Order: sequence, then C-alpha cells, then structure tokens
Amino acid sequence: MISEIPPEFIVKIDYEQCKRCKRCVMNCSFGCMQFKDRVIPDHKKCVACQRCVTFCPESAITITKNELSYKENANWTPEIRQNILKQAETGGMILSGMGNPRAYQILWDHLLIDACQVTNPSIDPLREPMELRTFIGRKPERLEFSADENSEIELATELGPQIKLDIPVVFAAMSYGAISFNAHKALVMAAKQSGTLMNTGEGGLHKDLYSYADNIIVQVASGRFGVHSEYLNTCVMVEIKIGQGAKPGIGGHLPGEKVGEEISKTRMIPVGTDAISPAPHHDIYSIEDLSQLIYAIKETTDYTKPVSVKISAVHNVAAIASGIVRAGADIVTIDGFRGGTGAAPMVIRDNVGIPIEVALAAVDQRLRDEGIRNNASILCAGGIRTSADMAKAIALGADAVVIGTAALVAMGCRVCQKCYTGNCAWGIATQKPELVRRLDPLVASERLSNLLRAWDLELKEILGSLGVNSIESLRGSRERLRGIGLDEMTLKILGVKPAGVGQ
Amino acid sequence: MKDNCYIPSGCSISGMINESGRRFDGSSVIKSIALMHDRGNGLGGGFAAYGVYPRHAEQFAFHMMFDHIEAKEACEEYFKDRFDIVLDEEMPTRAGGAFEEETSGRYGEYGGHPITNPPILWRYFMDVPKSKTSFVSENEYIVKNVMEVNSRIDGAFVASSGKNMGAFKGVGYPEDIGVFYKLDEYKAYIWTAHGRFPTNTPGWWGGAHPFCLLDWSIVHNGEISSYGINKRYLEPHGYKLELRTDTEVIAYLFDLLVRKHNLPMEMAIKALASPFWKDIDRMPEREQRIATAIRQVYGGALLNGPFSVILGHSRGMIGFNDRIKLRPMTCARADDMLYMASEEAAIREIAPDLDRVWSPKAGTPVIGKLSEEVI
Repeated sequence: MISEIPPEFIVKIDYEQCKRCKRCVMNCSFGCMQFKDRVIPDHKKCVACQRCVTFCPESAITITKNELSYKENANWTPEIRQNILKQAETGGMILSGMGNPRAYQILWDHLLIDACQVTNPSIDPLREPMELRTFIGRKPERLEFSADENSEIELATELGPQIKLDIPVVFAAMSYGAISFNAHKALVMAAKQSGTLMNTGEGGLHKDLYSYADNIIVQVASGRFGVHSEYLNTCVMVEIKIGQGAKPGIGGHLPGEKVGEEISKTRMIPVGTDAISPAPHHDIYSIEDLSQLIYAIKETTDYTKPVSVKISAVHNVAAIASGIVRAGADIVTIDGFRGGTGAAPMVIRDNVGIPIEVALAAVDQRLRDEGIRNNASILCAGGIRTSADMAKAIALGADAVVIGTAALVAMGCRVCQKCYTGNCAWGIATQKPELVRRLDPLVASERLSNLLRAWDLELKEILGSLGVNSIESLRGSRERLRGIGLDEMTLKILGVKPAGVGQ
Repeated sequence: MKDNCYIPSGCSISGMINESGRRFDGSSVIKSIALMHDRGNGLGGGFAAYGVYPRHAEQFAFHMMFDHIEAKEACEEYFKDRFDIVLDEEMPTRAGGAFEEETSGRYGEYGGHPITNPPILWRYFMDVPKSKTSFVSENEYIVKNVMEVNSRIDGAFVASSGKNMGAFKGVGYPEDIGVFYKLDEYKAYIWTAHGRFPTNTPGWWGGAHPFCLLDWSIVHNGEISSYGINKRYLEPHGYKLELRTDTEVIAYLFDLLVRKHNLPMEMAIKALASPFWKDIDRMPEREQRIATAIRQVYGGALLNGPFSVILGHSRGMIGFNDRIKLRPMTCARADDMLYMASEEAAIREIAPDLDRVWSPKAGTPVIGKLSEEVI
C-alpha cells in the first residue's frame, strides 16, 4: 500500500553546487537518497537527522519543514493529522523516541537565580576555591563521637557507602541495545575522565567495560537482563528501575534484530530473540517486595554499594519516594515526564507523568517533613538541558542531576526521535556495525567531558555570584530562587517566592 | 513587625571573657563597642552578659519585649500555665539614656543619641515545673516554649531565655543601649556586644543582636548566604525561624548540633565553617575521616557567606570566621582575659597592655573557656 501521508520534510539539493560525490547517499541511513545520474531525495523518508547536511562537502543540501503539507489549523495540528493517518493505515500504536516534545510549560524557564550585591560579596571562582564535590548515599541524621585513651576525639558513627562525584551530574541509564557499544564506551570513558558515573541501563554491561567499575551504576530492571552477581559487583552503585519518565508504567522491548552476538552475551539471551522488559517487576507487587529486592542486592554486594530506586514522576511521587526511602533505598532517582527513551508509545510519552520540577520539590519537602531527608540522596532526571537547569534543580533540593538527552546531543544526536528504528545515522542508537562505526568512542567521550567541564565552570560561576563557595549551600536553598509567571499554587509546591519579593 | 523584616547586617562586634570567672561591670564593653560607632548606623545595638543573676542562677531568666500591654497580658497568661514564676519585674533602665563619654574615636561633646520608644521590657525568673518534664528535658521544654511565644503571641518577643545570663538590646547605637540598660551596674564574666548596620530599616527591638536561645548567644557581623538551606535544615527539628534574620540560624544550629546531637564544640564549628576539600584531602587519616563525615552529614548546617561571629554560652566564648574570612576579627589575650573584636582598636581602647594580639585564620575558631568557677 502506498502511504498517503505527506512528507514531513523537503530535502532541497542545490544541483549547481552538488559535485555528485554521493557522500549523502552513503551517509543516509534511512534510505532517503537515491543516485540516478544525480542525487534524488525521497522526501517521505527524510527524518531531518541532518547527517547528509553535515557531511555534504559542498553545503549543497538544505532540509526544510514541509510547511503546507497540511492546511493550517490551530486545533487539528499537522502532527495530530499525521498520526491519525498513520493509525488509519496501520492500526498500530505510534512509537516514538526521545523525550516528550510537546509545548508544556517548562518550569525551569520560570525560575530565576539570585545574586549578591553589597552586603554579601560575590566570590570570584577564578580566585577562590569553589567546591562541587558531592557524596551520594544514605547519611545518618547525626554523628556520634567518642574520645580514645589519649582523649583524642574519634568518630563513633559508621557511615554507609558514599559515592563521590566531582560534579553533581551523572549520565542517565541508557542500555547497551538501545544505544551502541561505542556510545556506552564513550559514556563510561567520559564519566571516568570527569569524576562522575554512567548508568548501564537495563541491558547488562559488556565485559570490555568491566575495568571502568568505579564509574558505573549498574541497573536492575524488570527483565533482569544481564544481571548476575559479578555484574552487581562491577559498579559503585546499583539502581533498581521501577519506572522511566518517558513511559511511566510501561515496560520495554528490544526487537530481536538488534540482538546480535555481543548483546546476546551481555543480556544473557539467545541471538535474535526479543528482549521484553515487563511493565512491573514480576516479583514486586508491593513496597515490601521492593524492600526484599533492595536487601537481596545489598546482601549480594555485601553492603558495599548504595542502592538507588528509580521512579518516574507521577501524581503521588512524594509519598512513593518516602516509602522507597523507608524500604531501604539509599538514593531515590526521580525521572520527570520530559525524560528520554529509545522507544515508547507516543500516547504515553506525551501524556503521562508530571514535570520533574514539581516532583523534585514535592519529594524533597516530603522527606524533610518526615525527617528522613538525610536517609537518601535525590537524583533528578528527565529534562535537564543546561547548567542553569542543574543549578535550579540543586536549589530545589536535588543532590545531583542526571542527563541523558543532553549527553546524546553532545555525542552528535540531532534529536530526530527515530531511536526505535535502529537506523541512527550518528552511530548512537543503532546496532548496525556500519553505523556504530561512525561513532568514535574517543572523540565522543571527549565531547562529553567537554560538556561536563563547561557545566562545571558555569555552575561555579553561579555559586560565586550567589556568594557561596560550596554546593551544599545551594542544595535545597530555595530562598535563592524566584518564580516568574507562575501561579500561586505552583509557587507553593515549588517552595519558591515570586520575583519581586525580598527575603 | 516580625513578619517581613529581613536584616542583612554590616556591623561591629566585641566580646570579652575572664577565663578565671571573675565578674566585671559592663562599662568596658560599652567603651569598646563605642569606639566602633561608625560601623553601625543606629538601628540596633545589644549586649549579652553571663553571670549577671547570681541570686537567681537556678532559674531561667526570660528577658521579654512587648509591643503593647495586651501582649504582656497574653504572654503572662501563657507563662502562668507552663512555668513557676519566681520573680517578675520591669527591666531597670535609664529613660533617655545616652553614652556621653569620650573614646579615642569621638569626643564627649558630640553627645549620645538618647534611646526612645522602647517596648515594654520585663524580665521573668522562672522554674520549669517537674510535671512538665516527664517526656522532654527542661531545655527542650524551654526551646519549645520560646518558639511558641515568638511565633504565636502577637507583639511578644523573647530576647533571652538562659540561666544567669541575659540579652540587653534595642534600636539605637550600642553604647547608648548599654547606658540605657544600666550595664555599668551589672557584673558578668562574659560580655559580648554588637552594633548594627542593617541595609534596610525596620525599627524593631527584637531584631537587634545578640540572638539568644537557652544560654546560647550570638553576635554576628555579616550575612548568611546559605540562610535558605540552613533554615530548611533546621525546621524539621522543631525550630521556627520567625525572626526573618539570618543570624538566628547560627544560634539554633549550635543548639541542634551541640545540645541535641551532642557534638563536641570543635566538631560543631567544623560543621558550620568546614575546611575546604583541598585541605581535607591533605589531612592525616583520622582527621580526614572526621572532616569528611561532618561535611557529608552536616552539609545543611554549613554557613556560607561573609561572617564573623562571637558565640557566648555559660562556660565560654567562641569566635570564628567564614571560610575565606570575608569579615574582620582580631583576638587578644592579657592575663586571664580573652578579647575578640571587629577591630584591634576596640580591644586596645580598653586594654592597652596586651600579651598577644592576633587575627585568627579563616574558619579557625578561637575558644575561650571558663577554667574555674565563677567568682
């Protein structure tokens, strides 16, 4: 059947500039470019991944939106009509990749940061120490000291495992399978270089990366792919994934064609079989079941690794987080509705969950109200785009933030949202060897480290302007934020005063 | 007035302790703070004094400020049900009192700025009835009631609530406040003083320093840029931060860390003015372990921003600075006296012959301890 859906993009080729080198034909992984004495684009296949545009030596290619593919209508947007047409043609659920792209209010952009003037001096981060060191893990509420025989003061309290981060950002869980080996390798190399962590996601850890154990969070999700005791001990922290911001309440599916030899070994499943992660963990139907899994992991790792529980931001997130902390988790990772994914039903991705900003604020306040905020660190994921978002998240109460999409973009991702097709032209979200090869782990890891270094500098600049020289003094300090254009209730939930109100 | 008067402060501080416990009158501390007249702007001054009530040393001395007589009545009604009031009396004052002496920095003929419009100032010496302390300690009971009075009784404010000590503070220059409260007639083994330069102007007596809770008193020059998180860290522990001034968090943090969590004083100071990681990384193993644990567990208590602080308590006096010393502090010793002040001149003014004068390093506390009983 020939699709009636009009093309989303128009690929324009300037034939006067074009030298017919066919580089675009070789680079397009979506089969859009044909060569018949000259390059002929099939507009319908273009996903605007920008690969051909970037690599055309003559800059002869332009991709534009197909503006008049649908007659203008504020209610029946092109996207809605296109999806109806797709469903009418196929009768299927619409899949998509990356995070929720809809124009919901982005609360980060309605928060402004304070700065010092006169009475408290700002601090120059180039001249004075500026400390970002962050420790993730359960802390006791108080310390106890004793005096030894020489009346030297000695620490009597023993702290559980604490993970040191040089910058309060870790890489998000993205599985080997969803992304390529080279992407995984780039992430872990950058994590090591920058003194932070990467997260395996639910797909196990390739043996070649075991030497990076000190910079790895291993994930245990509902499919338990690649989970064995050596895996659980090849990390500094274990994460139990309950939910994901992009698809709360939904499982995952890695199609069999992506399961080649290496993924098969890493995930411990036969080559070519689908890897289905169920929606719930089939051994977790209540909070006490979760607690059992937490302690099963702690036993396996001899209580040397903190255990994180990752949940998506849903309506009742604060109470759920409180339960998780009481169930024994050392870290709660909250993933907001902007969080990314390799594949999710579009209806879920675009309509389920709540913004991370309010979820984070509610969780931090709830844990404080219950006097258990010290018992767990909070990692804030799903929608952190810039160092400013990071600073605001920390001021709302996060111990550290988690970046997925931002990391992918740093590696070359153009956010074309076609991760689920396996055709990623940039070698990131694909398992095809000829595409994977396009991503050089060394180059990609350097780009990731550069991004973190830039954010490190920017965060220090923000701290300096706030007149504080340590990240602890920003963490949870909502007094240093003001809201602009937010309603009273939202301000109340965020615990932030409107701009114009002094202290 | 309490509701919206946040006060970033500039200020001068001065403190002195006789470590042998000898008590001396308030005229020298007045003279010391008077020398730093220009560091304040007349919108607040005050003193904390330890050892001033030897005859009522066993009772909690509540120094109260009331905006109006209804507040006093409501507060007394409140006290009546909760305490045994041993004695209550008006605070002795010199109406229109002003400091008119000469110092090295000013001449007598300049005249003082007489103190006007004081609130109703009253003090209560009270015991906590045994029946009230079945489930909480005496101190805990006092803290809870101080919080209640400050937050619930309109127009009533607890200036201090410790034993054998008191806060004497108000709106005006500190030297005039000192004369107004007749501090030359009190004897104490620790005196601390504060002259204030708020950058906005609520003429509120309760907003002056020192801030006191139980026998803690704080005088503070600077601003706490980490106030937002310090406040949120304290709130779940039952502290109500109603005074809208950054200084009160210091008093409550000491109360939490030293009294409730039982941290040794030097550990509490390590939490409030932590060493930098670059220094911690070079410490010997034991110290490193302690310093790291303190920063991990007490991050919410870290004070950031410019400050020099003198903390008074019944057994001593401690001065310390922020981590990069953005506010001045000089210390000096002469025999059994330890002095601390924003300026060396303020010490030389009252004690020209000093054994040793030094400026403590950033974040390093100077500790004065009462070595003997109070004489």
